[in-house]
Amino acid sequence: MPTRDIAGNTVDFTDDGFMTDHTQWNKEVAETLAKEEGIDALTDRHFDVLEFMRKEFIEKGTAPSIRKLNKLNVVPTKELYQLFPGGPAKKAAKIAGLTKPQGCI
Amino acid sequence: MSNQPEPIKKVSIICAQGSLEGVYPALIMANGARMEGIEASIFFTFFGLNAVNKSTMKNLKVATVGNPAMNMAMPMLKFPITTPFPTLMGAIPGVSNFASWMMKNEMEKLDVPPVDEFIEMISDAGGEIYACKLAMDMFKLTKDDLCEQVSDVLTVGEFYEKSAGASIIFI
Repeated sequence: MPTRDIAGNTVDFTDDGFMTDHTQWNKEVAETLAKEEGIDALTDRHFDVLEFMRKEFIEKGTAPSIRKLNKLNVVPTKELYQLFPGGPAKKAAKIAGLTKPQGCI
Repeated sequence: MSNQPEPIKKVSIICAQGSLEGVYPALIMANGARMEGIEASIFFTFFGLNAVNKSTMKNLKVATVGNPAMNMAMPMLKFPITTPFPTLMGAIPGVSNFASWMMKNEMEKLDVPPVDEFIEMISDAGGEIYACKLAMDMFKLTKDDLCEQVSDVLTVGEFYEKSAGASIIFI
């Protein structure tokens, strides 16, 4: 299980690159992970999504589905795919410091 | 050169059935592909057109007659999964509606959207929705009968053209 140093923070990861402890997350960590996923700069809209996902994850133990993000007016599905191109649920969870999403939907 | 197999980049799914249990796998596979960043399209043909026809898409049913996999293991009856569902029972008026309602309920609990919402979701996710020209002609349908997410009515040849480089999945 790799441990990395990101902007002075010690962060633990699984072998497929998901953080194992969401409390090690902060905005600098998110920026670095986003760059590695091909997103050059995180905007306020990105953080709206990331922070909502983190809140849900901490309260319920799982990240919200794409459907839920749409239904609760956090982010429309179309925009979500633009914000996190090429696999939004997985990418957003990774950048938000959450575990790998388990659902099929 | 590494020996790693090439990841799937594109899938073309053919949905030829109009029952709930025929349509959902196509929708789930297409949406799942988009979630992984894989290009996806669904080509609805034959009775599959019911899933994109505005007047039928909200009322798809599970097959309660002639479905040997159907069983009595419904949540409130608590029968074991090995108890068969008699096909004659499936023919009683209302039984198909009831079974379909129950399946939709169970799907909703798993956060699986209803068919019309699911098609919208796949389309918003960048998946393409196509309808089969031959089947449309046979059922006397026009593009106006179909939901707005259907981007094109294709011949078989056009479907293959659009599927260049894709894995084709027939459901």
